[in-house]
Amino acid sequence: MRFFWQKGRVTVAVEAFNSEGGLENREIEGKTQGQIIRARFFRHRGAMISMFLLFAIAVFVFSSVGTNLFGISIPGWWKWKITDMPDLNQCRAGIVGCPTLSVVPKFLGGAGIHLGQHPFGQDDIGHDYFALVMRGAQRSILIMLILGTVAGFIGTVVGAISGYFRGFIDGALMRLVDFILIIPFLIPAAVIGYKFGNLGVVNLALFLGIFYWTGLARLVRGEFLSLREREFVDAARVAGAGNRRIIFKHILPNAAGIIIVNVTLLMSSAILLESALSFLGFGVVAPDVSLGLLISEYQDSFTTRPWLFWWPGLFIIVITLTVNFIGDGLRDAFDPRQRRRLGRKEREESQKAILSHQVSAEG
Amino acid sequence: MFAYISRRIGISLAILFGSSFLVYNLEAYSGDPLQDLRTSTSPSAKTLLHDLIRTLHLNIPAPARYFIWLKGVLKVFTGHIDLGVNRQGTSIPTELSVAVPTTIRLVIAATVLAIVLGIAIGIISALRQYSRFDYAMILVSFFLFSLPIFWVAVLLKQFLAISFNNFLSNGHIGFGFIVVMSIAAGFFWAGVISGTRKRVIQIFFGVGIANAILLWTLSVTKWFTHPRLGIEGVFIFGLAIAYAMTQLSTGLENKASFKAALSMAIVGTILYFPAEHILHAHGSFLMLFIFAVVTFGVGVINGRLWAKVDRAPIVRTSVLTAFFVAFVIFIDELMHNWIHYVNTDAVNGRPIPTLGQSNNQIQPGHFWYTIIDDLTHLLLPTVALTLISFASYVRYSRGSMLEVLNQDYIRTARAKGLTERTIIMRHAFRNTLIPITTIIVLDFAAIIGGAIITETVFGWTGMGKLFVQAIENFDENLLMATFLITSLLTLLANLLADLLYSVLDPRIRVGGN
Repeated sequence: MRFFWQKGRVTVAVEAFNSEGGLENREIEGKTQGQIIRARFFRHRGAMISMFLLFAIAVFVFSSVGTNLFGISIPGWWKWKITDMPDLNQCRAGIVGCPTLSVVPKFLGGAGIHLGQHPFGQDDIGHDYFALVMRGAQRSILIMLILGTVAGFIGTVVGAISGYFRGFIDGALMRLVDFILIIPFLIPAAVIGYKFGNLGVVNLALFLGIFYWTGLARLVRGEFLSLREREFVDAARVAGAGNRRIIFKHILPNAAGIIIVNVTLLMSSAILLESALSFLGFGVVAPDVSLGLLISEYQDSFTTRPWLFWWPGLFIIVITLTVNFIGDGLRDAFDPRQRRRLGRKEREESQKAILSHQVSAEG
Repeated sequence: MFAYISRRIGISLAILFGSSFLVYNLEAYSGDPLQDLRTSTSPSAKTLLHDLIRTLHLNIPAPARYFIWLKGVLKVFTGHIDLGVNRQGTSIPTELSVAVPTTIRLVIAATVLAIVLGIAIGIISALRQYSRFDYAMILVSFFLFSLPIFWVAVLLKQFLAISFNNFLSNGHIGFGFIVVMSIAAGFFWAGVISGTRKRVIQIFFGVGIANAILLWTLSVTKWFTHPRLGIEGVFIFGLAIAYAMTQLSTGLENKASFKAALSMAIVGTILYFPAEHILHAHGSFLMLFIFAVVTFGVGVINGRLWAKVDRAPIVRTSVLTAFFVAFVIFIDELMHNWIHYVNTDAVNGRPIPTLGQSNNQIQPGHFWYTIIDDLTHLLLPTVALTLISFASYVRYSRGSMLEVLNQDYIRTARAKGLTERTIIMRHAFRNTLIPITTIIVLDFAAIIGGAIITETVFGWTGMGKLFVQAIENFDENLLMATFLITSLLTLLANLLADLLYSVLDPRIRVGGN
């Protein structure tokens, strides 16, 4: 950490005469690494918007139809549960279960802003589609978090051990990575699906996580391989630090960037993986609900009842997109080479500063 | 080098052994393949059950049964591999010999398109870093990155197939569509070319208005229902191709090269009628091959005629131009047959299918109909696959290009006074391709293992379909065969990627320390 920081200071010193460097110098002076990264992340507009959006979606989704996690059940504020089966709405000739959501206000010729009984419509047998989509989105978020945690943990540990100790352990672990890498996901998923019936999303996510850490392990290993040769590791060793302390206190904080970024990206791909598996019938199975499952059920009704198809897809895309943007913001924040593009005003300001500096140097 | 490769192959085989053992047992553990027969009340169920147990050795426990299967696979060294039979009793190689070509046909166009478009856009985006175009492309690639392919597939079926077929019944383009498309085109090209604010506005309006006029003309002349390029189209495209190829390959300063490309375009236009006639009368793959050889020959001769010194780049430009002009002629020939194809009974005016890999009512003898039929069936899955993998290529090539542009040798090249074109095409672009090449190799291997979802959604029976079928029916031998092919390809691709990396970038040595 400390050396990293000092290296930063050296480059800043060299670039003090160049316009952008001068400004950057002012920005990072007297701040810790964490503060700089946080400041950079907060400046990434896409990532910030995405973070608030994702948070809002998560709160909305979990509070609306309630949730039942590890035996604690929280009721939701939405009037229908996913098991309720009210009568089907007859709306147009031959089409049932239309959405009652309306967003076009009356003065624009619409039906006014209101939710109605079933804002997202109803499915084939009358279930409220809003409740189903909310439950599906809950599943997606839950799977994303569990899978990300499991895969992130295994990947980091394996990568760290492999990169730090090298030699035989490294060889063995990397062969294990190769080994898992060539086993297609559908096979473990099918085993859970068929053998254990539906053990629920938590187990599905855990099981998939066990097969999903390989890419991360390789990246972390590469990072550890290069970090362990740095001077601050030697310094720590000379000072008498043991392996555990060096790994956790000295190397891991420096590799945190690459881990956080890649776990985020891994989470976004986990949502797509889950929905794809459910779509094929190997992921979340009925009677449980998942966004991929909803799309797969109603893909043929697109011409007559498109809303059954739009809503789950919309939620998959928005959740994945926001997670991706957060990952991108984190990547920019952690990348020391990343230079921000200066606005025109800032550029003029720094130009002025350099001019006055030169004038005072000449004078 | 040899020691390195043989060690890698040895390790790969060990991994293959371990993972195939695991997969075999997982599959055996996942369910009972005889479930449906055991519960069946049909009188023949009992004999079927016994037959199945005998042919598939189901009375032997899975870990031991694996070695029977392995013995069959190892017979590959004696020349006749034995992968067993599937549950219906068909031999596995027969199944694979149908599925593998199907999958390759499905993924090759999509992968190539995604690579070419992705790299092009990624590099332009890197060259215009932090411009509006760059931001827009980042946004688009993020968006595509977040799309579930099965969702895209359903949308494509609706809008690209059903709506387009409806549109083809009269070929009239709506006013709103023309306006939206023109604005989009204006934005795109203004972003790509960029420059001062005044220039950007000029480009925006220029491209937008040209686009609107073009679409309107096409709509009024019913071009979409009766598409054709004709000799004038070939000539115009030929000139544009000559310009673009010279620009990319040697730069316009090389007068001989530009002249060679232009003369190639004119030669192509002159040869339009004979080429079209021969292709139309004797359409076959052999004829296409001869056509390609002739194109190459004409390109080389033409290039050599114009080149006095420094022949290679001029011949290269000429050959590239020749191929693209020949491709335009080929497209024109397809268009000639299009309207007849659309009006056949089998197609009945709705040429873009939503399902399947070919229309078996098309008369098999007609070469051009078969080609058009294959292409139309490929359209939707290709677009879906391209959209999905395009995004990652944009991101990789953008990142890679930015990395290269920051290198010292680019600064040196600039300091030497080389033109921007030379710096980008010769110094930056080639180095950008090094990391991308290895990604391409790995991607290809992964995708041949089955574009599982694409195949399911569009009803193709390739590797992915076989794989899903094997899992659903607990068909052990079928599953193992698909697994074997996928994993072998992955391992080979990994090895190839590492070797390629060291060939392309001499600083990296494989096997050494």
